Amino acid sequence: MSTRLANGGRLLDRGRKVDFTFNGKRLRGYAGDTIASALLANDQMLVGRSFKYHRPRGVVASGAEEPNGLVGMGTGADFEPNQRVTTTELFDGLTCTSQNHWPSLDFDVGAINTKLARFLFAGFYYKMFIHPRPFWKHVYEPIIRKSAGLGKAPDQRDTDTYEHFYAFCDVLVIGGGIAGLQAARSAAATGAKVMLIEQTAHWGGRAPVDGGTVGGQPVDKFVDDLVAELSAMDNVTMRNRTMGAGVYDHGYALGYERVGDHQPAAKGPRHRLWRIRAAQIVTATGAIERPLSFAGNDIPGVMLASAVRDYVVDYGVSIGDRTVVVTNNDDAYRTAITLKKNGLDVPAILDARVPTQDSPLMAEAKSLGIRVLMGHGISSVQGVKRVTGVGVCSQAGEGAVLEEIACDVVAMSGGWSPVVHLWSHCGGKLIWDETTAAFRPDVDKAPTGAKGEAFVTPAGAANGALSLGDVLSDATTAGASAAKAAGHSGGDVTAPEAEQIDEAPMAQVWMMPHGAGIKKRQKAWLDYQNDVKVSDIQLAAQEGYESVEHAKRYTTLGMATDQGKLSNINGLAILSDALGQPIPQTGTTTFRPPYTPISMASITGEARDERFMPIRQTPMYQWHVDNGAFFEPVGQWRRPYTYQKPGESIEQSVSREVKATRASLGMLDASTLGKLVVTGKDAGKFLDMLYTNMMSTLKPGHCRYGLMCGENGFLIDDGVVARIDDNTFLCHTTTGGAESIHGHMEEWLQTEWWDWEVYVANLTEQYAQIAVVGPQARATLEKLTGDDISGDALPFMAWKDITLAGIQARAYRISFSGELSYEIAVKASEGRALWDALLAAGQTANITPYGTEALHIMRAEKGFIMMGDETDGTVIPQDLGLHWAISKKKEDYIGKRAQARSHVTDPRRWQLVGLETVDGGVLPDGAYATAEGKNANGQRETQGRVTSTYHSPTLERGIAMGLVLNGPDRMGEVLEFPRLDGTIMRAKIVDPVFFDKDGEKQNV
Amino acid sequence: MLILTCPCCGVTGEETEFHGGGEAHLKRFGPGSTDEAFHDYLFSKVNPKGVHLERWRHNNGCGKWFHAARDTVTLEIYGTYPAQTTEPPQSVKDAITAKRPGWSWREFA
Repeated sequence: MSTRLANGGRLLDRGRKVDFTFNGKRLRGYAGDTIASALLANDQMLVGRSFKYHRPRGVVASGAEEPNGLVGMGTGADFEPNQRVTTTELFDGLTCTSQNHWPSLDFDVGAINTKLARFLFAGFYYKMFIHPRPFWKHVYEPIIRKSAGLGKAPDQRDTDTYEHFYAFCDVLVIGGGIAGLQAARSAAATGAKVMLIEQTAHWGGRAPVDGGTVGGQPVDKFVDDLVAELSAMDNVTMRNRTMGAGVYDHGYALGYERVGDHQPAAKGPRHRLWRIRAAQIVTATGAIERPLSFAGNDIPGVMLASAVRDYVVDYGVSIGDRTVVVTNNDDAYRTAITLKKNGLDVPAILDARVPTQDSPLMAEAKSLGIRVLMGHGISSVQGVKRVTGVGVCSQAGEGAVLEEIACDVVAMSGGWSPVVHLWSHCGGKLIWDETTAAFRPDVDKAPTGAKGEAFVTPAGAANGALSLGDVLSDATTAGASAAKAAGHSGGDVTAPEAEQIDEAPMAQVWMMPHGAGIKKRQKAWLDYQNDVKVSDIQLAAQEGYESVEHAKRYTTLGMATDQGKLSNINGLAILSDALGQPIPQTGTTTFRPPYTPISMASITGEARDERFMPIRQTPMYQWHVDNGAFFEPVGQWRRPYTYQKPGESIEQSVSREVKATRASLGMLDASTLGKLVVTGKDAGKFLDMLYTNMMSTLKPGHCRYGLMCGENGFLIDDGVVARIDDNTFLCHTTTGGAESIHGHMEEWLQTEWWDWEVYVANLTEQYAQIAVVGPQARATLEKLTGDDISGDALPFMAWKDITLAGIQARAYRISFSGELSYEIAVKASEGRALWDALLAAGQTANITPYGTEALHIMRAEKGFIMMGDETDGTVIPQDLGLHWAISKKKEDYIGKRAQARSHVTDPRRWQLVGLETVDGGVLPDGAYATAEGKNANGQRETQGRVTSTYHSPTLERGIAMGLVLNGPDRMGEVLEFPRLDGTIMRAKIVDPVFFDKDGEKQNV
Repeated sequence: MLILTCPCCGVTGEETEFHGGGEAHLKRFGPGSTDEAFHDYLFSKVNPKGVHLERWRHNNGCGKWFHAARDTVTLEIYGTYPAQTTEPPQSVKDAITAKRPGWSWREFA
């Protein structure tokens, strides 16, 4: 059993006991524990079940590479699934539960899958569930869905806060192990601004566990001094609990800081995302130990040799009393030696190598009385929920058991792989290092930045330097060269002298024993979380999945939440062997950020609720809020849809607004309309190119409706243009189009007609604009002005500067409703004052503020088009019967050439018509008119569609506009529109102008 | 996330301040052009692996359009320059040549 030792645990504060629960069981740990170390101290080896076979799973590792130890943490609003036990710090009151089991961790029904393992081979789902096709949707998928999925999604809203920090530095050092610390010191000595981030709560990485001396003092003392030195430097920023999540283009990097995870009661954000721009980045990300592939290597109690050592040294936890060490390299001997020195039994070291002479570590192990079996490996591991023993075999053979050794822990080491993820994120290339059997950064092919410069330097173990001395000297160089590349030099730091321990070369061992038969390979796990075994990769290769990317997806190797940190290299090696090609030829799968999962909430940061997107408000916004406005989003604006009165439905409210406006007087906040001022000697010429109709002939003081198309001929915007003076026009755009049309104008002015003297300014927010609409509009305005606004002085489609309620205003006599109408523009700061003055003056005329829905209905009653309703990016003005707004005289305008293309001049293009329902009801929006026959896809042929549809309160019936094949020539014909419920609605083709066809109401 | 320098206002900013606008140095074909020439102008944009000359707008800054010589593989920015030109300035061409001898893009080299 695993237990807490009486002594040791350098990260523990044994004076502070911490209570927590696991699956409802109350357990106790110490401050400084991770969940993993505390669980192991309480003999809780079993932490979960695997994804596919529901095999019992125990902790394998001690850091970010852990594939098995994932728990759901917290309850209610604090609940978070898939928290890694090896990287989650223990705190008082922590609650966690294991995942992927039913009904309980100890007894799991899904474990029957392990009995079926023979049938659940690679690609099983693809092969099994493809026939018969309908079964997938109705039978297989519902069943599989029930048993799939890792962890539960929280069922309550997250109440914590999250934030983003922006940081800039010369050198960002990722990883606060001994390499990162030394690289940071070396860079900082030049005066460069250095930022150093470390994913765990501790500095120094695993150097203090592995031991050794630097400059004659123990390495942990050296680390403490280095941390103190760096902490005192003004040009160094250090952050622990901050993982380098990703490296991106041009020196951009993300740091993920877990600010509050370990102290949930503390104030402040839970996570913080650091958005870092660095001139140079040093990746001192260390290395990860590889498992060995032998039968039963997934049984709880089989762990990485380094992890077994970590638990003893860092947390004072013994994984078991009797540990068999199995290895292909010298480093695992350190585990055996550490265990022995802590009074624990190591019955044997099984070393797959056959060295000619003992290395110092081998000699030390032997001198401690440990039995070392060279050329041996594990035939299979015994046990179900816990290791009970191993069968020893010759590594060179097929696995005949020579001896059985009882043990409760197997500490395995397959060598070390540099953590090259961050190096690779932005394109850094790798080379295969035959002596360490690992991919390491190819420093000649580094990620490059904005100037083509290499901007990432690997340091220490991440660069393939594994011994203490090599790590320190490599890191010293890396830090200095990064600082130099960032423009800082001098302040030379020499690498400190470290005690050198010679190690015997490792041997490449990808399968144990070498000649393992199929039964053993079916029990030799590569990916613990996704249940991928050696046999699965071999099957994939056999079936033709030769590309590593294909084999990965077919078998799901490395696709679990640990992203193959333990399994990738072993899997590649097995695949390469099966394909009979060297490992570098197989290559690696793509390393993508983040290094380990980061919370979605940290990505969101503060951008949620009202801060999700800036909301643009007109000067009258508060009045709308105070008067019952029901808002709708229009781009970033919030516009009143209607102003509901108590007891009114939305429909009743809209209907009242339309009727009151048509009968007497309505008022609309039109401030959101785009207002672009175009000025300069060539402004008229420019607008002639921008609009389909002629703008240069417009006289100052007058307005003209214009259409704008893209170079492809399709409509992009419309609005009324007012000529202010000879050189100046004010172009109204749609609410949503202001910014994009501004950009469109700038593009043509700067990239095509840059010699034209024209300037454009977007004054949308500088003006408030109010539409005063209805038969009583003029009389009401006259109450507030002494200026002449009679029909003669200010005719339809003219504008005039007037003083209204003492405010300087510009009145445009334009109408989008068919009523007598004025749009009044004033400085934004005076918008509310004018709004209030108009409300007061209009009291006797029953002035009725109306919203966007009444606006839409009134324009539809008049047959006016609306961008985005009648247009969808494939509609030309000619489709909408707007030939009158297309100049025949102009030689050119944007879109003119395209409108001469064959498809665009096709007479079969659908044309705009009005649609009047036979029963007076309202057509569904977007409904299609059906035609006889079927198309090539076997679908019903269509001959038209609805583009706008409303209930008209004025006509008391449904009205609609639509695009119909040969529509204008088919007046009076009745079309059929199927509804979603299968019933058919019939509508007659009519003129799109439903109301006041002669325009008598607006031209008074 | 790229870093770009706007030649109009001089600001060096992150990609989020800018917006890409496709190929630069377009030669416009209008009324009277052949179907083929107009089709090519409208649709046949180059999509090279390597050196590319393209339009950008500093839309969350000064609002002006400019051109950038960028490598679509390495994302290196060889230079940015005002859009009021029919060909890249010699200094930008030289910067590209220094890194990519023998480069060509449309009629430029």
